[in-house]
Amino acid sequence: MRGTTEQMNTNTTTVSTSPAGTLARTGTAPAPNPAPTAGRLSGHDLTLGYDQRVISKDLNVCVPDGSFTVIIGPNACGKSTLLRALSRLLKPSSGRVILDGKPIHSIPAKQVATRLGLLPQSSISPDGITVADLVARGRYPHQKILSRWSDDDEAATIEALRATNTTELSRRLVDELSGGQRQRVWVAMVLAQQTPLLLLDEPTTFLDIAHQIEIMELCRKLNRGSGHTIVAVLHDLNHACRYANHLIAMKDGAIIAEGAPAEIVTEKLVEEVFGLPCRIIQDPVSHTPLVIPLGHPEE
Amino acid sequence: MSAWTRVATPPETGVDFGPGHKILTSRTGRFTLRLELRTMLVCSVLAIAGIALALYALATGDFTLTLGEVVRTLLGQGSEQSELVVLTWRLPRVLMALLLGAALGASGAIFQSMTRNPLGSPDIIGFNTGAYTGALLVILVLGGGYLQVAVGALAGGLATAAMVYLLAYKRGSQGFRLIIVGIAFSAFLASVNTWLILRANLEEAMSAAIWGAGSLNAIGWEQGVPALLVTAVFFAAAAALAPRMKMMEMGDDAASALGIRVESSRLLLMVVGVGLTALATAAAGPIAFIALAAPQVARRLARTPGVRMAPAAVLGAVLLLASDLIAQRAFTDTALPVGVVTVSLGGAYLIWLLIREAKRQ
Ligand SMILES: Nc1ncnc2c1ncn2[C@@H]1O[C@H](COP(=O)(O)OP(=O)(O)O)[C@@H](O)[C@H]1O
Ligand SMILES: [Mg+2]
Repeated sequence: MRGTTEQMNTNTTTVSTSPAGTLARTGTAPAPNPAPTAGRLSGHDLTLGYDQRVISKDLNVCVPDGSFTVIIGPNACGKSTLLRALSRLLKPSSGRVILDGKPIHSIPAKQVATRLGLLPQSSISPDGITVADLVARGRYPHQKILSRWSDDDEAATIEALRATNTTELSRRLVDELSGGQRQRVWVAMVLAQQTPLLLLDEPTTFLDIAHQIEIMELCRKLNRGSGHTIVAVLHDLNHACRYANHLIAMKDGAIIAEGAPAEIVTEKLVEEVFGLPCRIIQDPVSHTPLVIPLGHPEE
Repeated sequence: MSAWTRVATPPETGVDFGPGHKILTSRTGRFTLRLELRTMLVCSVLAIAGIALALYALATGDFTLTLGEVVRTLLGQGSEQSELVVLTWRLPRVLMALLLGAALGASGAIFQSMTRNPLGSPDIIGFNTGAYTGALLVILVLGGGYLQVAVGALAGGLATAAMVYLLAYKRGSQGFRLIIVGIAFSAFLASVNTWLILRANLEEAMSAAIWGAGSLNAIGWEQGVPALLVTAVFFAAAAALAPRMKMMEMGDDAASALGIRVESSRLLLMVVGVGLTALATAAAGPIAFIALAAPQVARRLARTPGVRMAPAAVLGAVLLLASDLIAQRAFTDTALPVGVVTVSLGGAYLIWLLIREAKRQ
């Protein structure tokens, strides 16, 4: 089967008007919800870097409310740096990040953590910690000095374990889990935080294909079912195209393209961002762009 | 405890933290706590052992009393003679051993948690060597008494800690850098110390060496009361920082994302950790290995994820009191400095640690 980008576009624009909030339809139903344009979280004229080294300059970015935004781009292009800036971990050297109309650095860290959850690219599971204990730590921003374990904490933890299918693991030690199980537990930890905004840095790296899909389906369910706004960094372009309704392509710290996957993912873009010659066809299941790398078939 | 009720969460709906977790809620529901029962149990057993050891230490020695006499004296109903022996001579030393041991244990827990490394302890990052340098300068160059030596040790230790922190501080001081810089810096100071001792006359060198071994011999109420007050302040600060310390074990990014100001919390923890060690060193000289061993052993006993301050402090207290008893009673003719005993215990601990690690691989 061969497809062109034009085919893709005509195919998707016809159905992209489905009402927001529609729950998971059949697998063949194309087009995610249209992404609204305004957002609670945005970055304006950001210059980001470490010490003297500038990674991104004059970056403007907006996370549409209710969207499932996916950031793609080659290694070391500044995806994690952007997520860290958007979640108050990294202070921009100029420009500002706005959360709910206020500069994020003027909001106390603990208060930010009740609205915005981040799964960092690398975290450490303390030796000998149980799954339930780790997930429960996501409740920290909601806890007060004298109230360290409320009914809300309990309920949120139970719900996070259930949503990630880790309830049966809850007594196990995190050290003893497989990579995929461990990743789900960390996602559960962030879910227990119960924030409307979720930023996930490479939640599927190191997972086998089934577990990758499982995480992606979970994100979609959270996005559509419970109205979470999700931003995820992914490496798999096809997953990005299938699950995202807003895609941000980055290269060398800059945003190259932004929009609905069907509109922006072209052979030219993939070549430009990743230096990868490819062909794009339509995914027969989700009717979203499917990137087929060309490699060097004639050799 | 009567205002607290135990909430039995139905197993099919509650979070299963595994055995040994209990949720306590006050009647009004305003105060809640999640307890690790095993940690509580370990702390209680260790506390009872500490009290038993303390009573034994108060009762025995050159002048032996019965347990009844000791208790009566503590309650203010003893004879004049037993009051002198128990309250004036022995009690300050016993209390200080418990207090300084707890300070060292808690301080070790802080350093190990921050560096995420079982070798991270104030001993290793050079604090004690720096304190020794300070004390040596006072003993050999300025020629001061107990108080001046204590101040010199404090100044030396704090200056070293600040130096190491600043040298290791680059893009947020990572634990491992702290240890490496600390080891390098203490190696340098150790040679300075040797050089200072080589320059001294025999008598001065002897008193410097005794200080350097760490000893509770010189301790009375005059040293005990101020130490007690200062430690109380540090322990309160440590307790307030404990929840953040726990969260920071998950990595700086994860902790920040949960709303913890990592850099300032780390600095505060560092100040409390150094403060607790500084206090112990100023009062009794550098006592090795309690800070290194207590957190790890306590962690294995309580099976907590990561090191915890409370069990490390209680175990540190018991260890130092036990070491001091051994130091005083092991040889009938001389009393050893307690530091000699803790070094020997520490050696045994390190061998045990090595064997364990070897078996695991
Ligand atoms: N803590 C840090 N200190 C200094 N440089 C960093 C740090 N983290 C990342 N970098 C650098 O910033 C650049 C962008 O990194 P990152 O945002 O992690 O890329 P990505 O997530 O897209 O792979 C890289 O060149 C990386 O070496
Ligand atoms: Mg990254």
